[in-house]
Amino acid sequence: MSATAARVVPGAKEEARVQTARRALAAIPDPELPALTLADLGILRFVDLRADGVLDVGLSPTYTGCPATDTIAQLARRALEDAAVGEFAVHHVLSPAWTSDWITAEGRRKLDAYGIVPPSPASTSSWRSSAAGLAVACPRCRSARTETISEFGSTPCKALHRCLDCLEPFERFKCL
Amino acid sequence: MSAAPEAPALYRYVLRLGDLALVLGQRLSEWVGHAPALEEDLGLANIALDLVGQARLLLAYAGEIEGRGRGEDDIAFLREHGEYLNPTLVEQPNGDFGETIVRQVLIDAYQLALYERLVRSGDERLAAIAEKAVKETRYHLRYSSNWLVRLGDGTEESHGRVQRALERLWPYTVELFEADALDRDMAERGVAPSLEEMRSAWSRHIDEVLTEATLKRPADRPYTWFGKRGEHSEHLGYLLAEMQYLQRAHPGARW
Repeated sequence: MSATAARVVPGAKEEARVQTARRALAAIPDPELPALTLADLGILRFVDLRADGVLDVGLSPTYTGCPATDTIAQLARRALEDAAVGEFAVHHVLSPAWTSDWITAEGRRKLDAYGIVPPSPASTSSWRSSAAGLAVACPRCRSARTETISEFGSTPCKALHRCLDCLEPFERFKCL
Repeated sequence: MSAAPEAPALYRYVLRLGDLALVLGQRLSEWVGHAPALEEDLGLANIALDLVGQARLLLAYAGEIEGRGRGEDDIAFLREHGEYLNPTLVEQPNGDFGETIVRQVLIDAYQLALYERLVRSGDERLAAIAEKAVKETRYHLRYSSNWLVRLGDGTEESHGRVQRALERLWPYTVELFEADALDRDMAERGVAPSLEEMRSAWSRHIDEVLTEATLKRPADRPYTWFGKRGEHSEHLGYLLAEMQYLQRAHPGARW
């Protein structure tokens, strides 16, 4: 998108500015999954310095209707202002579309520790197969005997499952 | 690809896609708090949310093409009945849960056939929106198709209800694939996929699900509705009255 505007070869000062902005953005906790940061979720797409000195920041929505999308953009603006990185512009990047495959290894570890099963690789499987695909292990007792209750959960990015051994319901990040 | 389309035609085409998502999203959200089980309440609300998200992207784009400074909210809340270009199917009332599921299978399969092809559109913005939306739509179709199989291949009562819903809604599917001048123009310019090709993909999925659900595919009838040209059934007006009430009673209200 507009981020394709001419970029400059940064000197040390510019490089430091980009790094400061990147660090400030990467550390923002997701409003609905505060255990994870924007960097963990893979939704921080780029921080680029344009020739006119404006920092271009690209963020991707996980789901088109995700109510957190606007909140995340606001949090990003505030973080950049607090970090005093100068003029910036925040863009929504739709293409290539975000996929749950972009959640980092660190993000997956945090999800698991938070009690949400991390997504397995996204697939375009047929309508017959459940989104669960392979057996999903219970994040509490680790039993493999679980069932899918619903492919839709409390937020657009999660599905509902239940453990047949400890009988606890649990959530799983959708594989998108 | 040939020359880029002129604004008015592209504007109308994008409205067709955006209005479909908006009106269906509004319809599905009527289920919030009323669905037969909490899981289905969440499921339908999630699908509604995705659709409203798609509508926002599409209507914002329509506003930019139009170039009169109208944003997504102006376009969603301040147009009249006849300016809505959604297919008539999506404005049909929810009926019971089974009827909502039938309508959803018919339209999810249509949206999937559309978005899977629109990712290759010569219009970069539409291709990007489709790339995002196609992933969500696969989830929607899996949900609605699996429910249709459970209901169709369920009890005598559930089978009868969804078969009757299918008979009632089927005539509205003709419009989805009946190419008019705008559809042909957009296809020729490499913006939109061919409706003929979409019909085959849609038909394959529908036949597969109906067979598994032990339901009978109704015969096509010649009569066609044209909500996509702004000629709607009586149901759209009531939906808009509710959806637009606040913006019309308190113009420019923000919260």
